[in-house]
Amino acid sequence: MILDLQHIFKDYNQDKLVVPVLKDVNLQVEEGEYVAIMGPSGSGKTTLMNIIGCLDRPTSGAFELAGTNILTLKDKELSNVRLNSIGFVFQSFHLMPKETALENVSLPLSYAGVKKKERKERALKALTRVGLEDRATFMPTQLSGGQKQRVAIARAMVNNPKILLADEPTGALDSKSGAQIMELFQKLNDEGVTIVMITHDSNIASHAKKVYNIIDGEISQAAEKEEDHEEKN
Amino acid sequence: MLENIRLSFKGIWSHKMRSFLTMLGIIIGIAAIIAIVSTIKGTNEQIKENLIGSGDNTVEISLYQGDWTYEMGYEGIPAGVPVINSQMMEEIKNIDHVVGASAYLSRQEYEVYHLNTSISGGNVLGVDNSYFSTCNFIIRRGRGFSEKDYSQFRKVALLDKDSSDALFQGEDPLGKTIEIKKEPFVVVGIVEKSKVFEPTINSIEDYYTYSQDASGKIYIPNSTWPIIYQFDEPQNLVIEVESTDDMTNAGKSAADILNSYVTTSDETLKYKAEDLLEQAKQIQQLSQSTNSMLIWIAGISLIVGGIGVMNIMLVSVTERTQEIGLKKAIGAKKSNILGQFLTEAAVLTSMGGIMGVVSGIILAEIISRLSEMPVAISVPAAVGAVVFSMAIGIVFGVFPSYKAAALDPIEALRRE
Ligand SMILES: Nc1ncnc2c1ncn2[C@@H]1O[C@H](COP(=O)(O)OP(=O)(O)OP(=O)(O)O)[C@@H](O)[C@H]1O
Ligand SMILES: [Mg+2]
Repeated sequence: MILDLQHIFKDYNQDKLVVPVLKDVNLQVEEGEYVAIMGPSGSGKTTLMNIIGCLDRPTSGAFELAGTNILTLKDKELSNVRLNSIGFVFQSFHLMPKETALENVSLPLSYAGVKKKERKERALKALTRVGLEDRATFMPTQLSGGQKQRVAIARAMVNNPKILLADEPTGALDSKSGAQIMELFQKLNDEGVTIVMITHDSNIASHAKKVYNIIDGEISQAAEKEEDHEEKN
Repeated sequence: MLENIRLSFKGIWSHKMRSFLTMLGIIIGIAAIIAIVSTIKGTNEQIKENLIGSGDNTVEISLYQGDWTYEMGYEGIPAGVPVINSQMMEEIKNIDHVVGASAYLSRQEYEVYHLNTSISGGNVLGVDNSYFSTCNFIIRRGRGFSEKDYSQFRKVALLDKDSSDALFQGEDPLGKTIEIKKEPFVVVGIVEKSKVFEPTINSIEDYYTYSQDASGKIYIPNSTWPIIYQFDEPQNLVIEVESTDDMTNAGKSAADILNSYVTTSDETLKYKAEDLLEQAKQIQQLSQSTNSMLIWIAGISLIVGGIGVMNIMLVSVTERTQEIGLKKAIGAKKSNILGQFLTEAAVLTSMGGIMGVVSGIILAEIISRLSEMPVAISVPAAVGAVVFSMAIGIVFGVFPSYKAAALDPIEALRRE
């Protein structure tokens, strides 16, 4: 099991008022799974993803990533988990605007202490994986939204993480580019990458193998999709 | 690290105007310091050169009465002051760093004539054969003194440029006869310092400092000295030392040796080394103390510059909150972020430092052109200035960089 979250609670303190955001969240994800988490705005999706992505700590609960108890790790060790085991993709891409696509993709490699020459090779390989090898020297401003997100995906995948976390990866894209991103996710998942994707769009969520709903901080598995049944039959 | 430097240059370049304005405080501070230091150094080198005469490491030791050289009258050397004998000379030649020594006789003399032309206040020196090599003289024209000149008490004389100009006014002095206290002497040669040295005169003060000795010297063999004067005790000494910096100490030691033989009850009567190096230092210190205040003021401008850098770095951290959050999310450690911002601050101020050094050098050149003051660029000062500005960047960059490193990535990413 790659992700194992047990009884996760997360409260925010706002002016002496305790705001519960996640309420007893249990979530298990097997290696190679493709999971979508759906829910309305403010339901706690991003909060949950920050916890899964080792950026935030829950108020209480237990969390293991690939068998490691994350909650006892120190800041520096968490950085290493994020560097080596997790790939992040965001709604607004978060590319470095002054760096080329290739430089953006090599960024995590420089934190991993990879030598310059190897960095370039591996970054180029990651760009090839998302079909953008011919845009390596482009600046983010010279790329379309869909291309930017693919660069961001290449950056997330360049260290070969165990799991890809995506928060509204298509939220800023038109439906055509969104579909391309979904194709890419499917391809990556076929190659064995575990994907956890957050969205409030049920069309997008339908690309995942398993869909969870999160409403007001409480998570539940959605009914198995019918087409899935058909495929299985 | 290299990656950080590359990123820093990119960051600085992408905000050219802002970076330049931030650097300006550092540039002005460093430029001021370099210009001041260059001027001080130039002035000091000139003072030292003027007083000492470049490369001629000789020290004169003479008998003083109080603050003035003892004027020999006809009564000769005062009682209790012994002749400089060969034993004293041996001791003096054994002093560390002393290369050579020569004792000689000297009188100020007005009664020197060529026909009707006289010399006003020149010196007549009775010298032995080692004198010219000790003082680094060369025979410019004619010949020097020979063994026979000494042994046969020949009345021959050597002139320097000043005395030959004064007596002959352009005429060729070789072979001509001059009269010293009515005794005829034949001029056999013209001597000159091997390194011709003209002090640079910038002011009236300089003129009086450097031009005391311009009235000329007439050299005669010391064996002929008693022909004109009744006494033949050498009471002057010149020593040659290895380097300029040895002058003070060797001069003092030599004077001490001579003084140890002085037995007179007159306390004011003493041998003293003509301490040019010490004089030079005193003049240098004077110019230095006024300028060190300027350096303090420039230093304050550097601190102000540093605060400017801190300020702009804080702005930069706020602006780049998202970037920092993203970097942390993809695995950057605190130390990576800290390193990136510290490098940026250090690169920024180092660039300011380099520009400051260049502007300072240009400024110094302009000052030297306009005021005709000498400048000398000090390489250690230039290197020190750049290193110091880098240190300013690091010191004033610590706080903003630490703030960046401590940023909560969630907060940072939430800000859109
Ligand atoms: N730092 C915070 N302090 C207080 N409350 C917070 C903080 N961060 C998030 N919240 C609250 O937690 C709740 C969940 O926020 P979260 O960002 O997880 O929602 P979301 O499901 O991702 O919504 P969206 O679809 O709009 O992105 C919100 O009500 C939000 O106001
Ligand atoms: Mg969200």
